[in-house]
Amino acid sequence: MDDNKAKTFVMKGIGVSPGVIIGKAHLFNRMDVQAPFYKLSDPGLVKEEVDRFLAALQESETQLLELKNKLVDSGGGMEPLYIIDVHIMIMRDRKFIDLTIQNIREMSVSAEWAVRVTLQKYQEMFDRMEDDYLRGRISDIQHVGQKIINNLAFKHHAPPELPEGVVIIASDLSPADTAQLKIDKVLGFATDVGGKTSHTAIVARSMEIPAVVALKNITGAVSTNDDIIIDGSSGVVIVNPDPEISRRYEWKKKLYEKAQDDLLDYAGLPAVTADNRRVDIGGNIEFIEEIPSAIYHGAEGIGLYRTEFIYLNRQELPDEEEHLANYRCVVGLDGLSWATIRTFDLGGDKFFPDKKSFHEMNPQLGMRAIRFCLKEKELFKVQLRAILRASIYGKLRIMFPMISGVEEIREAKGILAGVKKDLLAEGVQLGAEIEIGIMIEIPSAVVIADQLAREVDFFSIGTNDLIQYTLAIDRINEQVSYLYEPLHPAVLRLIKCVVDAGHKAGIRVAMCGEMAGEPIYTMILVGMGLDELSMNPLAIPRVKKIIRGVTLKESRFLLDNVLALSSLEEIKAFVGEEMRKRFPEDFSDIGQ
Amino acid sequence: MDITKTFEIKNKLGIHARAAAKIVETANRFHADVVLEKDGYEVNGRSILDILTLYCPKGSRLTVSLTGVDAAEAMEAFSLLVDGKFGEL
Repeated sequence: MDDNKAKTFVMKGIGVSPGVIIGKAHLFNRMDVQAPFYKLSDPGLVKEEVDRFLAALQESETQLLELKNKLVDSGGGMEPLYIIDVHIMIMRDRKFIDLTIQNIREMSVSAEWAVRVTLQKYQEMFDRMEDDYLRGRISDIQHVGQKIINNLAFKHHAPPELPEGVVIIASDLSPADTAQLKIDKVLGFATDVGGKTSHTAIVARSMEIPAVVALKNITGAVSTNDDIIIDGSSGVVIVNPDPEISRRYEWKKKLYEKAQDDLLDYAGLPAVTADNRRVDIGGNIEFIEEIPSAIYHGAEGIGLYRTEFIYLNRQELPDEEEHLANYRCVVGLDGLSWATIRTFDLGGDKFFPDKKSFHEMNPQLGMRAIRFCLKEKELFKVQLRAILRASIYGKLRIMFPMISGVEEIREAKGILAGVKKDLLAEGVQLGAEIEIGIMIEIPSAVVIADQLAREVDFFSIGTNDLIQYTLAIDRINEQVSYLYEPLHPAVLRLIKCVVDAGHKAGIRVAMCGEMAGEPIYTMILVGMGLDELSMNPLAIPRVKKIIRGVTLKESRFLLDNVLALSSLEEIKAFVGEEMRKRFPEDFSDIGQ
Repeated sequence: MDITKTFEIKNKLGIHARAAAKIVETANRFHADVVLEKDGYEVNGRSILDILTLYCPKGSRLTVSLTGVDAAEAMEAFSLLVDGKFGEL
């Protein structure tokens, strides 16, 4: 070993899967093998080189077909299988093949080099295209070319076997890459690029191992066998930690696991108060990969399935079957008694790569969610058909976001009824108990909650937007974000108003905003009488613990006291003190 | 038999990878030769890379020429595909 102690350094990225891990780094580089680019020593070798190219083509296609089968077997919900079909079609393209063979012949170069030249030629053609989106399709051709080059090069060097129990460091990981890893032996991931929705993040979350992405150049900074700490909660990566730091993180890791383990005792228990008030607990998810963790942490149903990611991170719109492939994964699962699927809830700009034509000065107040869906009805119908078709698998609730008035919900229901009629006419079987509900997240909807309640089977309060719209603050704007406050007396009154109006009309009232998963507010929400709280699954055990540790009676009493106070500061101090008194270990870090 | 028809590309994304793949799939269902023409450039309708490099964003005028015994039938399929915006917006 080197006498010089390796230098400790810290890198910060985005934590996309929580947890702390300490281990050895392993650089994963699919370009591990330097592709041999050389001139053929003898023109007589051309035939051999052409055969080598054709064999690599064949092998690449076989690998893609295997990958496709694997994805189909695993449900394939997220992975757009058609991309694989497109790649296979490119590999079979006569022009692509002929051009590469011609390069080998005329330039007398290795097959790797010849493929590279072909790619270069296409690159030049695509570079001339004006349309950003179509120009970007070069990436598909490059992907195919790279795959062929890898297969050619691997004929010389077998890919290195990956050791077990390491932290994988990579630029980015594709499904094909993770398929190569002994994934159950990986401790964590750290990558140069990526975001919450990248493949690395999804895989890490589904395996519940820590991952940090968007570290910019960790592949350039870290070497295989370096000691490394990954904190997937905060997005911090520490390379070559000194013993002091290592000890601290060992402790943090233990605390993290212990905290989880302690609370996990509550996961499987019902959220029922000492005086027998039961609250249904839902999990909020955006990927079907998150379901196992939701169940594990004690979700009794899916209280909010965000469907936006079915549309994002892809090149074309999903069709009905792709929607259905996702929805059927959340409905009727063992251990989950209902699923609330929310229809598309983003701005229209997310649909089209040509962002310019959709530019809005104020997108939060713009053409989005139900407004966009009511404008683009055909597109809306595709999603509604798939949701309705999923109802045959179990208890399904369909939820429309951003409803501001009675007309919108009536129109949405009208379209839904039309779609339902079409499906029935086609002989499609539908589930018997489909409930229709709306998000309550616009102040106008609160004011007319009594009228809206007559139109639907349930409400679900989206506190994030409701608070923003009520207090007129943009949470992302750091200048005013301090005003974002769930305990603002106006916010509390609005929530109470919704619950009361809903119950008066005899319908169910849920909450699926972040407020539902913050244990400090749990007693207030129980006191309000909410029927369901739906939250990030990791938050469930603690919320259940709180609910099981209080009574409805004292929760109502606390709420009455809170509602009698007029200033936010008074409310915060009062709630903090009350919660600390009851649950000292859970709220030791709260203010004061 | 020889049939020619000109289409306007109406889907938002133009002829991107998936749409091009659908053209190749359609061409492969028939015996007829398929030639696509735009702005004087001609390409083979069975080559996904040819179609992509022909570069057809929304609003392009694409001429499809079919030669062969089942050209009429094939043209019906192409009309459905292209006028149906490749099943997109």
